[in-house]
Amino acid sequence: MAKIAVLVKQVPDTNSKIIVSGNSVDLSSVKMVMSPYDEFAVENALRHRESSGGTVTAITVGGAGSEKVLKDAKAIGVDEIVRIDCDSYLDSNALQTILCSMISSEGFDIVYCGKSAADTGAGSTGPGLAEHLGWSSVSNITESSFDDGFSVVAPLNDGNAVIGVNLPAVISCDKGNTKVRKPNVKGIMQAKRASVDVRSCEVPASSVNVVSQSLPAAKPAGKKFEGGQNASEVARLLRDEANII
Amino acid sequence: MTDTIVIAELNKGKIHSTTSELVAAAGMIGGSCTVVVPCSDSSIADSISSTSGIDKIIVAKSDMFASYDASGWCSAIDSISPSGIIITSASPQSKDLAARLAARRKISVVQDVIAIENGNLTSPIYSGKAMQTVSLNGDVVISIRQNVFDAAPEGGSAEISVMDASGNVTTAVKELISRASARLDVSEANIIISGGRGMGSPENFSHLEKIADTLGAAVGASRAAVDTWDDIPHSMQVGQTGKTVNPNLYIAVGISGAIQHLAGMRSSKYIVAINKDPDAPIFQHADYGIVATWEEALPVLQSSLSAMM
Repeated sequence: MAKIAVLVKQVPDTNSKIIVSGNSVDLSSVKMVMSPYDEFAVENALRHRESSGGTVTAITVGGAGSEKVLKDAKAIGVDEIVRIDCDSYLDSNALQTILCSMISSEGFDIVYCGKSAADTGAGSTGPGLAEHLGWSSVSNITESSFDDGFSVVAPLNDGNAVIGVNLPAVISCDKGNTKVRKPNVKGIMQAKRASVDVRSCEVPASSVNVVSQSLPAAKPAGKKFEGGQNASEVARLLRDEANII
Repeated sequence: MTDTIVIAELNKGKIHSTTSELVAAAGMIGGSCTVVVPCSDSSIADSISSTSGIDKIIVAKSDMFASYDASGWCSAIDSISPSGIIITSASPQSKDLAARLAARRKISVVQDVIAIENGNLTSPIYSGKAMQTVSLNGDVVISIRQNVFDAAPEGGSAEISVMDASGNVTTAVKELISRASARLDVSEANIIISGGRGMGSPENFSHLEKIADTLGAAVGASRAAVDTWDDIPHSMQVGQTGKTVNPNLYIAVGISGAIQHLAGMRSSKYIVAINKDPDAPIFQHADYGIVATWEEALPVLQSSLSAMM
């Protein structure tokens, strides 16, 4: 029986346009969804439960507005949903300290998370949390297996490898060929009724603070040609203007 | 002034050329710069010793560095590195290491840095749809995107010292899976040519491969292509749910430029787009655009490039 945690985060839909007003991004009119890689984390967590038995607890850190992501996880099939109540900005050390304190006090065997969240794209939470906990970690896995101990497939600098992992561990999940299950009607109904376990936390100070957010500088207009024969001119420009070839 | 520690980026047992970009970034922060080279063969450090701006090179020598283990590498590198701001490459493996090193020192990490100004760091957020600048209060670990900072020039002569390193390894590689193709991976290539659903069929990717062979490039694909054709593996996918790439040259063929694809490649130094739809969004991001079918454009591109090589 395994006690399995999966970390989920609510982020703007990846198809949405990002608007900046003043010095910061304005998300007030953006649709919020579960970060795409977290869907693979949930899937891996559920497969782990099916293989070894046990429970899956989905955990998010955020304000009350972030509970939808937990309901979504519940609809897909997790057992428990927990929101650590904190609506303020957290740098990586502050966030990992909060998660570490919750995970270590409840006897989890394994934590799954997405390889990175679609908002920051940093990918720091999985490996950082593992180090805070003193656990092993493998990042960006594309497959997992429970035959002959727990092993995962992950990219190393020189190619993919099958890696044996000693638990406890934090596993961050990439897409690979993983097909995620979708919620069914029963799951959605259960999620509606499910209550969120809300926990309070101590918020550590952040040493990295946001100064400003802005749109990327617009790229100057490029040169555009009609017709395939102009590919030779583009090749010449790549050599003579861009100095790349 | 805060000192910096650059962790040398490794590739196939050698020091990767992006390491001198990390040294240049360290120079923008100030203080003295120590380069730590994690390796099993200490002779590889010679290739970095003439880079200017390095005060000291510490070779961390251990057989453990032959294969990546997050916990082991982190504990070994932490014990050998002095205090200060630690700088790594933003390759997937080094971002992982950066996050662990920061957590080990109970400090924060700032990933994918593309600009350093007055001690503040800027990174893309929302997959490059916006930029975020942060200020630092104390030591941090930062990872630097490749091909963004100019490399530090030659002309240095840093002293090299070798230290034996050891760390707590907690995972074991059971088997290396050889790549499906001997071709370069998109995450390692300086030139990438990618195809989208506009290629019509996975067989037609052979035309991209020919140009890739001419240029020494990797072949990538859009999410639409990967989702449509089983023969195009996810490992080739560039974009939000694929790989984020930062090559010198990105050639997009039959790719419309969906926001999710742009997220993975928009920071490429030069972008060439070939698409039959003149209104395809990819053209707004292209330095050089060709409005044509791939059937018309690729043979011309192939023969022109071949003639130049």
